[in-house]
Amino acid sequence: MKRFDRGVVFSTILFFLIFSPWVMPSDVATAQAIKVGVIGPMNFMQGKGHWDGATLAAEEINAKGGLQVGNKKMKIELVKADSNEFISMTDATNAMERLMTQDKVNFVVGGFRSEAVLAMQDIAMDYKKLFLGCGAAHPEICDRVGKNYNRYKYWFRVTPMNSKYLVQVCLINLATVNGMLKKELGIEKGKVAIVAEKAMWIDPMIEAIKANVPKMGMELVGTWRPSDKATDVTAELTAVQRADAHIIFTIFSASVGITFARQAGELKIPAAFTGINVEAQKDGFWAATQGKGNYAVSMSTFVRGVSYNDLTDPFVEKYISRFGELPTYTAVTYDAIKSTLGEAIEEAGTIDTEKLIPIIEKAERVVVSAPKAKFDKTHDLVFGPGYATGITFQWQDGKMKGWWPNGWQGVTYKGMAPYKLPPWMIEKYKK
Amino acid sequence: MILDIILSGLINGSVYALLAIGFSLIFGVARIVNIAHTAFYMLAAYCIYYGTQKLGVNPALCMLAAIIPVTLIGLISYRLFIDPIREHEGAVLIATIALAMAMQEVMLLIFSGDFLGVPHLIEGYRMVFGVKIAYQQLLTFAVALLVLAAVWALLLKTKIGLAIRSTAQDREVANLMGMNESRVAMITMGVSVGLAAFTGAVIAPLAIVNPFMWMHPLIMMMAVVVLGGLGSIKGSFVGAYILGFAESLVVFLLPMGAYLKGSVALSIMILVLLIRPEGLFGIAFEEER
Repeated sequence: MKRFDRGVVFSTILFFLIFSPWVMPSDVATAQAIKVGVIGPMNFMQGKGHWDGATLAAEEINAKGGLQVGNKKMKIELVKADSNEFISMTDATNAMERLMTQDKVNFVVGGFRSEAVLAMQDIAMDYKKLFLGCGAAHPEICDRVGKNYNRYKYWFRVTPMNSKYLVQVCLINLATVNGMLKKELGIEKGKVAIVAEKAMWIDPMIEAIKANVPKMGMELVGTWRPSDKATDVTAELTAVQRADAHIIFTIFSASVGITFARQAGELKIPAAFTGINVEAQKDGFWAATQGKGNYAVSMSTFVRGVSYNDLTDPFVEKYISRFGELPTYTAVTYDAIKSTLGEAIEEAGTIDTEKLIPIIEKAERVVVSAPKAKFDKTHDLVFGPGYATGITFQWQDGKMKGWWPNGWQGVTYKGMAPYKLPPWMIEKYKK
Repeated sequence: MILDIILSGLINGSVYALLAIGFSLIFGVARIVNIAHTAFYMLAAYCIYYGTQKLGVNPALCMLAAIIPVTLIGLISYRLFIDPIREHEGAVLIATIALAMAMQEVMLLIFSGDFLGVPHLIEGYRMVFGVKIAYQQLLTFAVALLVLAAVWALLLKTKIGLAIRSTAQDREVANLMGMNESRVAMITMGVSVGLAAFTGAVIAPLAIVNPFMWMHPLIMMMAVVVLGGLGSIKGSFVGAYILGFAESLVVFLLPMGAYLKGSVALSIMILVLLIRPEGLFGIAFEEER
């Protein structure tokens, strides 16, 4: 009996010695994996994009045995964090805090709403964790890097272009549409109505557009700011129509984009669209608007059949076959993990954040979401020919068609199509 | 512009009126503050989405069919969660909030947070005094009037209506007169949820179907009911149009502050309550019932 007891005690001690967390801490247990936190509103298409893009990147890296870190291979382990940032800012900061303290991730990718990302950014910076932004456009997020480099150097905006560049593209698009109205309908001085949801990232854009529209020889007839969750904008549409607007400049990132496009199509508002409508980037937009979203315009990173380089098409096709839908720009977590982070880790031979930062700062990489990607001094994505430009597209009879850049500063991507005016507009103004 | 404001106000008001009538009915009779009222409207919208988009059922048929399961869910919810705690109004309030949140989370699990759409019953628009109004919106306006007439007929021309009114006036006396007050409350709950489902059926094509679509209408509906006077159906109807016009006024007169339309409408409600705490058509004191 005594011998039996000793055996049990010995076995138990041996068991605990082998498997005890003191002997084998979790860090050691997962030493072969690089933990990447993917944070986003996971119950919404933006978060799904974050996760799906990251999943593809991790699968591709892991299929090759992982990243070469010095003399060993390390696989990518993704940790999903639902920021629920559309509904609750507290949920967003809690999710980031959990990634830092509980999941102990090495890096973070994702984030969507600027208001939430600003708060989440501070938490990541407190823990000195590399946070690769894949969704928020407000300039302040990167301006912080310029103002306080030592604190905010762990942040890089991988996508989208910041809202100053978005405005630049939007103004180029506006001039293009205005030129078309002049040429095709004889409208000498285009009247522009801005309809933009109430959101922080849009405020500086509106100021810039207001300042530039008169300089571009157009007239601004008004600015309407519905709530981002408005379920009825017929009053706004009626007012826009009363103002005789020829062009409606939309800036939407939330559900109001669907409401607006659907009701504008239903009421056949005789105006051309330009601007941004994030919900229109999604395949489901056509069904959500019940086919009324025809001629809606937005900017996006991925459009079926349009490619920046040889990497874009295979990625888009693989993404569609795997997830059944076109990737939205938040799926650029793929580039964030595979190129920005993955290539930097292999070059540095370490996952030490401090050593990775200078490599990411200097790098210029071929990615799926732009001809090439590099970062400026504030760790913001560089915009311009040869780099990130995005694609402006229009819904035409149930299909997204890329129409810009089409010759702008010598940039034309494969698979572009011309912009179309709504037939009811042509009918009203054709002389 | 005045015509624009009037017509937009009528359309907005009709949506709120449709929602508020059912809520007012259950509050007026059973003193149940059913926060889940608009969540039932959300459920109906999802039923219609599923029927039309996934099963390919005719939209009109689907809209009518949606009322049955939602009303049943409403009645089951009443029996399980509300009836046992009916005497404690605060508890009912919390329970119905929990019920609404539960329905939201279930829809989020099943359909995710994607924004979805359902087809209009009648496509296209009509020019009314130079203003473009979608047929579906005109339908909403007509239905709001019809529902009001139907509720009025139910309350004034039927036996059950008499029982509902008696219970609303004095629950204890109605009980003493041999009416099964609990049964009347259950029937009223059925009618109320049925109205929410019907409203969902009519309004869903105008809305973006998503698990959170019940929240904004809830706030506006409660504002309408408080403004009109708690439990007063007539008050709800009038209150709905007042807030509808207030919203339109903001959009047309203050375009940069269009997002404030909800806040302005709620401020009007507070102002009215400061002058007339019982609401426009409400009863000043509980004891008067």
